[in-house]
Amino acid sequence: MEHQVEDSLLIKRYIDGDERALAALIGRHNQRISSFIYSKVNDREVTEDIFQDTFMKVIRTLKRGAYSEEGKFLPWVMRISHNLIIDYFRKNRRLPMFEGADTFNIFSVIGDEKLNIEKQIIKDQIDSDLTLLIEELPNEQKEVLLMRIYKDMSFKEISENTGVSINTALGRMRYALINLRKLIDQNNIVLTN
Amino acid sequence: MEKLYAKDHNKCKLVKAKPETVEFLLNYSKSLKITKAKGISFESNMN
Repeated sequence: MEHQVEDSLLIKRYIDGDERALAALIGRHNQRISSFIYSKVNDREVTEDIFQDTFMKVIRTLKRGAYSEEGKFLPWVMRISHNLIIDYFRKNRRLPMFEGADTFNIFSVIGDEKLNIEKQIIKDQIDSDLTLLIEELPNEQKEVLLMRIYKDMSFKEISENTGVSINTALGRMRYALINLRKLIDQNNIVLTN
Repeated sequence: MEKLYAKDHNKCKLVKAKPETVEFLLNYSKSLKITKAKGISFESNMN
């Protein structure tokens, strides 16, 4: 509890421009977060990488003013590192090791398909971010993308509705996706669930 | 007493990120500037 109060004060100081507050936050949670990552990946170098990526995200979010202070700094950082661990295993196409227990927990490899509340919130956020990004596209690209993705129309139907050839519609879709990716990269938006 | 065959009973280990990693993060933070325009934030790194 004491830490939570202090964390929030440090965050405020950091957002106000005091870089030493970040050093204090990292120092305070270094061992806990590193040990958590290490317990999953079991590799010192990978742990360093994920720890670094985690705090780079933390720094960007705090500087963007996108962090909402609810006294849950550590759980938030842990969640970021957890997501990065999942990304790491996805990239490496292998399952994490099961450690520390003799019994195999089946629920660690299967789960129900339904999104939990947190994931539903993240999904809603992604959907709304994506809607804003789509609005940035040129009209003809936006039109094709909306018809294809949201209305599930075939390129033949799109070409008939927009009065352009199928190839043009295909080209517009391609550029719409390229431009969307550019916008996502430029604005450093994370669209993952 | 029951014999335990597992080689590694507890893989929980306390580790800490290296000082170089922490130093990198502090420098990254100092060099990162975020500007907002029309609701979109732009990042720039002053390195």
